[in-house]
Amino acid sequence: MESYLYLILGLAAIVCAYRAMISTRLLSSILYLACVSAMVSVILYLLGAQQVAVIELSVGAGLVTVLMVYALSVVGDDARDLLSVIPKPLAILIVVLSAFFVAIMVFPLVEPPLDVTSFSLTVVLWQQRVLDVWIQIALIFSGVLGVLGLLSEREATPISHTERFADQIVGTSQEEVHS
Amino acid sequence: MNISPLNVVLLVIIGLLAVGIYGLLITRNLIKIVLVLQILVKSAMLALVLAGKVGNNLGLGQSLAATVIVADTVVAVVGLALAVQVRRRFGTLDVADISTLRG
Repeated sequence: MESYLYLILGLAAIVCAYRAMISTRLLSSILYLACVSAMVSVILYLLGAQQVAVIELSVGAGLVTVLMVYALSVVGDDARDLLSVIPKPLAILIVVLSAFFVAIMVFPLVEPPLDVTSFSLTVVLWQQRVLDVWIQIALIFSGVLGVLGLLSEREATPISHTERFADQIVGTSQEEVHS
Repeated sequence: MNISPLNVVLLVIIGLLAVGIYGLLITRNLIKIVLVLQILVKSAMLALVLAGKVGNNLGLGQSLAATVIVADTVVAVVGLALAVQVRRRFGTLDVADISTLRG
C-alpha cells in the first residue's frame, strides 16, 4: 500500500516536471514546478524527513515560485517555442543511456545492517557539520546580492542586433586585413 | 511484482533526473534553464534523503539536503537576476541569440 502511495506521488511529480519542461508558456511552467516541489515535499515527509519537507515546501514551492513569477513579470512571457539546442532524438538517446547507467549502478537498493549510529538533525547540523552552516550563511548573502541584482531598475544600454551585426562585420574585415 | 517503497522512490529519482537532463539539453530560454535546474536539484535532494534513510542516518541526509536547498535557491536567484539583466541588455532570453562568440 505504501509503495502505491509513493508511486502515485512520484508519477505526479514526474508528469508535472515534464509538463513544466514542455509548456510553451513560462507561467504554466513555473506553476508546474511548484507542483513538483509540493509532491517532492510530501515524499520527503513520508520518508521521515519532516524538517527538510517543510523547508522544501516553503522555499521550493513558495519563495522560488514568487521570485520566478516576479522575474517573468519583469522580462515578459514571449511564449515562443524555440528549437532545441541539439536534435531531439539525440537528446532522448542521451537521456535514456544516462538513466539506464544510473539504474544499473543503484538498483536494487540494498539496505545495510542497522548498526550505524544515528544522530538527530540538530546534532548533525549544529555539532558535526558546522562548516555547512557557515557556507549556508555565505550563500544566503550571495542570494541577497542576487535579489538586489534582480530588483535593480538601472537600465543597461541595449545593444541592437544591427549594431552587433555591424560589430561582427567590422571584426571580420579587420581579421581579413591582418591576415 | 512486489517492489519496496524505497525502490519506488529510487525510480522517481531516476525519472526526475531523466526529465531534468532532457530539459537541459533541449531548452534555450534562460528562465526555463533555471527552472529545469531546479528539477534536477530536487532529484538530487531526494536521493540524499533516501541515502540517509537507507543508511540509517537520516539526520546526515537531512542536513545535506538542507544545504542543497539553500544552494539551489541561491542559484535560482542569481540565474534569474542574470536573465533579467540579459533581457534588458540584449532584448532576448534565447541563449543562441546572446552568444557573442564567433565560430
